[in-house]
Amino acid sequence: MEVLQPILAHFNHWITIFLMVAGLYVVVARGNMIKKLIGLSLFQTSVYLLYISPGKILGGTAPIIGDNIEVYSNPLPHVLILTAIVVGVATLALGLGLVVRINEVYGTIEEDEIFTQEDDDE
Amino acid sequence: MISHHLPVLIVLVPLFGALLSALTSRGSVSWGIALIAMVTTLAATIGLLSEVLHDGVISYEIGGWAPPIGIEYRVDLANALVILIVSTIAAVIMPYARVSVAKEIVEDQQAWFYTMYQLCVAGLIGIAVTGDAFNAFVFLEVSSLATYTMIALGQSRRSLLSAYQYLIMGTIGATFYIIGVGLLLTITGTLNFVDLAARIAVTPYDRAMLTALAFITVGIGLKLALFPLHVWLPNAYAKAPSTGTALLASTATKVAVYLLIRMYFSVFGIDNIIGDFPVLELLLVLSIAAMFFASFVAVFERNVKRLLAYSSVAQVGYMILGLSMATSTALTGTLVHLANHALMKGAAFLAIGAVAYQLGSVSLEKMKGIGRVMPVTMGCFVVAGLSLIGVPGTVGFISKYYLVVAAFEKGWWWLAFMIVASSLIAVFYVGRVVEVAWFSEPDKKTSELKEAPLSLLLPTVVLAAACVFFGVDASLTAGLAEAAAKALFGGSL
Amino acid sequence: MSGGIFPEGNTVMALTLIVPLIGAVLIPLFRKKPNMRETVTLITAGVLFDLVVILADKVLNGGVPSLPPLEVFAGLEIRFEIEPLGMLFALVAATLWIVNSIYSIGYMRGNNEPRQTPFYICFAVAIFATLGIAFAANLFTLFLFYEILTLSTYPLVTHKGNDDAKAAGRVYLVLLLATSMLLLLPAIIWTGALAGTMDFAPGGILAGKVSPAMMGVLLFLFVYGIGKAAVMPVHFWLPAAMVAPTPVSALLHAVAVVKAGVFSVVKVVVYIFGVDALREAGTGDWLAYVAGFTVIVASLVALRQDNLKKRLAFSTISQLSYVVLATAILTPISLVGAAMHIAAHAVSKITLFFAAGSIYTAAHLTEISQLNGIGRRMPWTMTAFAIGALSMIGLPPTAGFLGKWFMLTGAVETSQWVPVGVIVLSTLLNAAYFLPIIYNAFFKAPPKADKHHPAHGEAPWPIVLALTATATGTILLFFFPGVPLTLAEMMMGMR
Repeated sequence: MEVLQPILAHFNHWITIFLMVAGLYVVVARGNMIKKLIGLSLFQTSVYLLYISPGKILGGTAPIIGDNIEVYSNPLPHVLILTAIVVGVATLALGLGLVVRINEVYGTIEEDEIFTQEDDDE
Repeated sequence: MISHHLPVLIVLVPLFGALLSALTSRGSVSWGIALIAMVTTLAATIGLLSEVLHDGVISYEIGGWAPPIGIEYRVDLANALVILIVSTIAAVIMPYARVSVAKEIVEDQQAWFYTMYQLCVAGLIGIAVTGDAFNAFVFLEVSSLATYTMIALGQSRRSLLSAYQYLIMGTIGATFYIIGVGLLLTITGTLNFVDLAARIAVTPYDRAMLTALAFITVGIGLKLALFPLHVWLPNAYAKAPSTGTALLASTATKVAVYLLIRMYFSVFGIDNIIGDFPVLELLLVLSIAAMFFASFVAVFERNVKRLLAYSSVAQVGYMILGLSMATSTALTGTLVHLANHALMKGAAFLAIGAVAYQLGSVSLEKMKGIGRVMPVTMGCFVVAGLSLIGVPGTVGFISKYYLVVAAFEKGWWWLAFMIVASSLIAVFYVGRVVEVAWFSEPDKKTSELKEAPLSLLLPTVVLAAACVFFGVDASLTAGLAEAAAKALFGGSL
Repeated sequence: MSGGIFPEGNTVMALTLIVPLIGAVLIPLFRKKPNMRETVTLITAGVLFDLVVILADKVLNGGVPSLPPLEVFAGLEIRFEIEPLGMLFALVAATLWIVNSIYSIGYMRGNNEPRQTPFYICFAVAIFATLGIAFAANLFTLFLFYEILTLSTYPLVTHKGNDDAKAAGRVYLVLLLATSMLLLLPAIIWTGALAGTMDFAPGGILAGKVSPAMMGVLLFLFVYGIGKAAVMPVHFWLPAAMVAPTPVSALLHAVAVVKAGVFSVVKVVVYIFGVDALREAGTGDWLAYVAGFTVIVASLVALRQDNLKKRLAFSTISQLSYVVLATAILTPISLVGAAMHIAAHAVSKITLFFAAGSIYTAAHLTEISQLNGIGRRMPWTMTAFAIGALSMIGLPPTAGFLGKWFMLTGAVETSQWVPVGVIVLSTLLNAAYFLPIIYNAFFKAPPKADKHHPAHGEAPWPIVLALTATATGTILLFFFPGVPLTLAEMMMGMR
């Protein structure tokens, strides 16, 4: 357990890092444009975790002032991440919109197939 | 009364302009709205600048919430300069946009273009004006999303692909930045630049801090197209509508460079960064690589827009070089190059946009003798090209002068020679275009062309003239940059 | 004349710089009316000459006309001030521009050259740049106009627009820009950093501020950075530039551009390093060897050229290095020789180029082997050519004798036998590559006129007028060297 202690103590960060790397891997390794966007979304989601999880303070409650409560969780990360989620959604929407248009003009959303087409007409 | 709200107005005006533009369906109406918004923004910026010059740093509390809890807009000389660059270029391009956009974009999408144009400007100004790390991220994404859309509105189907690729890279960059900021938040518990700086100063510079720095550097590095994170840039610039390219090339990377400077000099403090891990040395190497490699690629490029885009990557190298030398003179070089490069690249891309307008192509082999049929346009291109080379009497010389002096001051004479050597490569890529455009006989197609219409010429000539004017009398640009660099070095915010 | 209509020397000086620019602006306005356009060129040249004469008068009387500095940013100024050497250079350039303008008109029309308007514009800008170099009061200003000169002459080199011209233009532009940016600019900034100033000052600004070794390094950067001085191995641009129309070769590549190069070298040695300081440092000796090498090798190469303009180009390279050599001897009298040679070589080399262009216009001949007997058909041209050639060799009664005399005096006085040897040897070589041309032209039988070589007479009268004028000047300068000699001696503080 001694060995696992530092790992377990930061398990929220380990999850964050896993999601981050997994998302980034999908972006890099997949040729399908939709899958890339899913990876990108995953990558962004990991950041939400990165912000929110340290905001939780052990024994703290929701940050609403009340009697007999002395420890509150930090509300700031939640506010920030609400904004970040909006940004993420907008990015994803635009990305998907672009993929739809690309599918219309190229007839495919596989990157390597698109690049061979490019070679043909330029 | 209004003058008190200038820091937020410069963001709100283009933002609401974008909204109004989006509600219109006619391109010309939308253009009119954008024109008014851009001119108003420029006027507000000039007012703001004079206030800063007069009263010093301006702090504006958004919604009346006091920092560090509330978001603060903070204007000092450094970002006043950057905001001035953005709003000037955005306003100067407007007369050009109408004709060029009308030709390149179908009628029912023109209103969207102007919407995105203004959103982009709002985002860029927002990044520059804000004093809050997270707010900067939001504006970064506002400008980026607008940029992706603007690129996707380009003529060829390749535009969509470029926009998509840029979206992926840009989002990764922004996310890296926000990861870094998140780490800083975890370490210090604040997001306000001033507050961050104060708390970082008393926090040990440990691994967590270094990680934050690394994420922020890579994230912004992607946005400013730092070699080797530049791969998105040539396609994005080449495939965007001409007006969009001119705006992006002159402003987008500059704002990112500014953000990096702000982070390095104001937030982290340059003394911290000089610690054990060779961050600045790394940036130095990368910037030198950019100066040579990107210039070299530009020499062999046949599409003139891509050629100029690669040149942009090289020019960003000079900016980062000044940052990485971390002396007051070098930073002055960086800051003045922000302005100078905006002028020269703006002029160059506008000129090429005018060629695209008349000729319908920007590939070099089709531009034979075009200088003889479009002398004013290509004359402006030559001036911009000379600036890129750094010929004395043009703005490019001013920037390089500062950088070379800074190199000698540090005793790095080898670097001084590398700076001048790399700028010589520009002779080749500019020379190729000039040779084809001026010293080849016009072929059948080009000889039938005429000079571009006045609305295209005027902004181009204005920027080209500015390249020469600020090359001969740089007291405004260099003076501002020098004062800003001194302030940044004082660690003041 | 002193005072004249313009009481202030400064006003005259400002006008001197502005007049060629006005010309450059006016010329395109008359692009549809060639006669008006050429009138503009001639009037500009005439007015400019008047102005320069007024200035020369002031300088000879000990005046130092200057203009208020224009600050680029704190610590960097564009500043003009006339010292004697600059005055001499400006005088030479302005005088020969008039003659050359007349010649250009004859040549460009005689050969039906295309795109004459850009040609005259670039020419005017080049003269503007030359005057800027002559009047520059600090290194930055010198550099600024040096680059403008390079850029404004590049379109003239590529004027023909064919592949040869473009290739030559590339060599020209890249070599001149590369040397100036890679070596000259760092040298200037370095000098500014070490000396704390960039201003030209009598006695130099580096004296006592840098080590002898550093002086040697800086001298290296300056000499090779000033590629226009064509010290080997940065001379390639000069033969390449010979694809330009002959008036360009004549005024720019025999007078303005190359003289701007050696002028800059002399100016840097005298006013930046200081002759005494450099001699004491002892790290400038290599310059004499490099210059001597260039003199000899360029002469040997010239000997083998059959193309007349190419031969003249290599002769120019060799003659330029005379000036550098004279500078490297580092005695006041030799520097007077350098200054004199700038003037003398200008007037005689322009004569030679005028003659070459005259032959091309009248007979369409470019090779030396084709020139047998041509002196009988074109007596004026070939007589002028002969006078110019004698001046190149350095024989009295021509101007070329003076410069060489002072150089030799300086070298002998200080027992520098290498330069003496170089000068003597190269004089023989000069004779070897010029005298046969003259002999063949006058004494060999001309080839029979056929379809390819129709009978011809002299070139159009403006050309003949121009080359007669410069040939006369070459002789007059020998008998009346007063003005240039005084200016040269003033430069060295001998008056």
